[in-house]
Amino acid sequence: MEKRVTFKGIWLPILLVAPQVAVTGVFFFFPAGQAIWQSLFIPDPFGLSMQWVGLGNFEYLLGNSFYRASFLTTAIFSVSVTVVSMAIALYLAVLADRLIKGSGTYRTLLIWPYAVAPAVAGVLWLFMFNTRIGVVTWYLGQLGYDWNHVLNEAEAMGLVVLASSWGRISYNFLFFLAGLQAIPRSVIEAAAIDGARFWTRFRTIVWPLLSPVTFFLLVVNIVYAFFETFGVIHTITGGGPQQATTILVYKVYADGFVGQDLGSSAAQSVILLVVVGILTVIQFKYIERKVHY
Amino acid sequence: MAGMVEKRGLSHWLTHAGLILGVLVIFFPIWLAFVASTVSQQDIVRPPMPLLPGDQFFENYRRALVAGVNAPVAWMLFNSMVMAMGIAIGKIVISLLSAFAIVYFRFPGRMLFFWLIFLTLMLPVEVRIVPTYEVIAGFGMLNSYTGLILPLIASATATFLFRQFFLTIPDELAEAARVDGAGPMRFFVDILVPMSRTNIAALFVILFIYGWNQYLWPLLITTDPSMNTIVMGIKQMFPSGDDLADWPVIMATSILAMLPPVVVVIAMQKLFIRGLVDSEK
Repeated sequence: MEKRVTFKGIWLPILLVAPQVAVTGVFFFFPAGQAIWQSLFIPDPFGLSMQWVGLGNFEYLLGNSFYRASFLTTAIFSVSVTVVSMAIALYLAVLADRLIKGSGTYRTLLIWPYAVAPAVAGVLWLFMFNTRIGVVTWYLGQLGYDWNHVLNEAEAMGLVVLASSWGRISYNFLFFLAGLQAIPRSVIEAAAIDGARFWTRFRTIVWPLLSPVTFFLLVVNIVYAFFETFGVIHTITGGGPQQATTILVYKVYADGFVGQDLGSSAAQSVILLVVVGILTVIQFKYIERKVHY
Repeated sequence: MAGMVEKRGLSHWLTHAGLILGVLVIFFPIWLAFVASTVSQQDIVRPPMPLLPGDQFFENYRRALVAGVNAPVAWMLFNSMVMAMGIAIGKIVISLLSAFAIVYFRFPGRMLFFWLIFLTLMLPVEVRIVPTYEVIAGFGMLNSYTGLILPLIASATATFLFRQFFLTIPDELAEAARVDGAGPMRFFVDILVPMSRTNIAALFVILFIYGWNQYLWPLLITTDPSMNTIVMGIKQMFPSGDDLADWPVIMATSILAMLPPVVVVIAMQKLFIRGLVDSEK
């Protein structure tokens, strides 16, 4: 779509886009180029010179069991966060949608955890499950369960999944509720008159009609779990125990910043770039359809 | 309309019960943090801690705000405020100008620019951590507000949003402005910006929360505790090693860290929902 009426001038519009061009050039494209460039080198131990290794960093990474494990960890983590947060949100949205009055009140009560930063959510969950003083840990102990996410890898993963899903429920709830309320009442009432019970109505009418929202949320939540949960991991587990919660983004940080392994970190950045690229294309392909319909 | 689908009676109450249970479970972590911020350290380190508020509210919050652990939390709140406002306003201004240029002008490189902006969607900070840090360090912007704000104010989403909105504005308005002899900037300031104010407000709510909740970027570039933002500063309050954390102060800080964005969401719920839906299009 284009405007028919436009203003004349060449320098003014260039001046107008200049700030955005400058910021993206200096802080986005130059560093991304640097990452690609650095991924082809290994710095010597003193950081004085760089040795060209071609795709050596990538070969090393893909052959490295820790890195491959990190891929698997990321997959398990992202799918768990997506499924947990969407399932709870859908359950609550379906309940809220059944109400004639009052769904607005529940919406107000349920949306605000969205505003709590992932890092703060991490601290709250760490507090509840702290191995020494956590309330939940204590009550679990009373029930005979010895919670220790500092040592137990599965418990560590469970905790970061819960903490990451928690704030996300708000977001998913909002979109599910809007999607449910957009389904015409008459369709559901017609099915009810035909004798379809709640569960049948949900399976045959509501769920299919909700599928665009569900698909949209799937993509958005995966992107969230990949890139925006760094704060949760950093506050709760620091990637441990034994790298059990080291997702890809955390590994770029840990190797590049803490471990100072620049070549490997840069190569990891490049691999992540490809991952984001794919996710963005999927997102846009879908969203284009949504905008046009 | 109460049709066949909604029945009063048992199922109605079960619906409410299910929702209330959900709300309680979601509230619990925050309730616990609040309780912890009102009791003494002794109450916390001898589990189980109480589940109802104690009498140390003023003491804990005063200690956090005035002294903190590494830096007074009041300072960190101020830093977060500067960063969040800077990012929100910066993104909006930059995006309004860019969208105005690409919708209302034909200039060489216009499509190239459009694609450049689109590509930034594929380059989140998390992906270019080390090189971006090096750029900021090279400019001497570590531990500065400029360093906290500037790299985050490019915005593809906001630019596309304003572009979309400008395209819906009737051509007659620009035509009339031209006939009246008003220049493009005059048209922009007097007509376009005022017409966009609802979009601006909705976007502001989302971007304020985005800026306030930043974690990785401030973690990288603020090594000086007095430049820490509150969201990243909490983790720095935990002692390394086996020492016991000062939980009442840490929990008071957590509550303070979530307060501004939560208040914004609740007070501006309509704008928030609109912004959320808009920015995902």
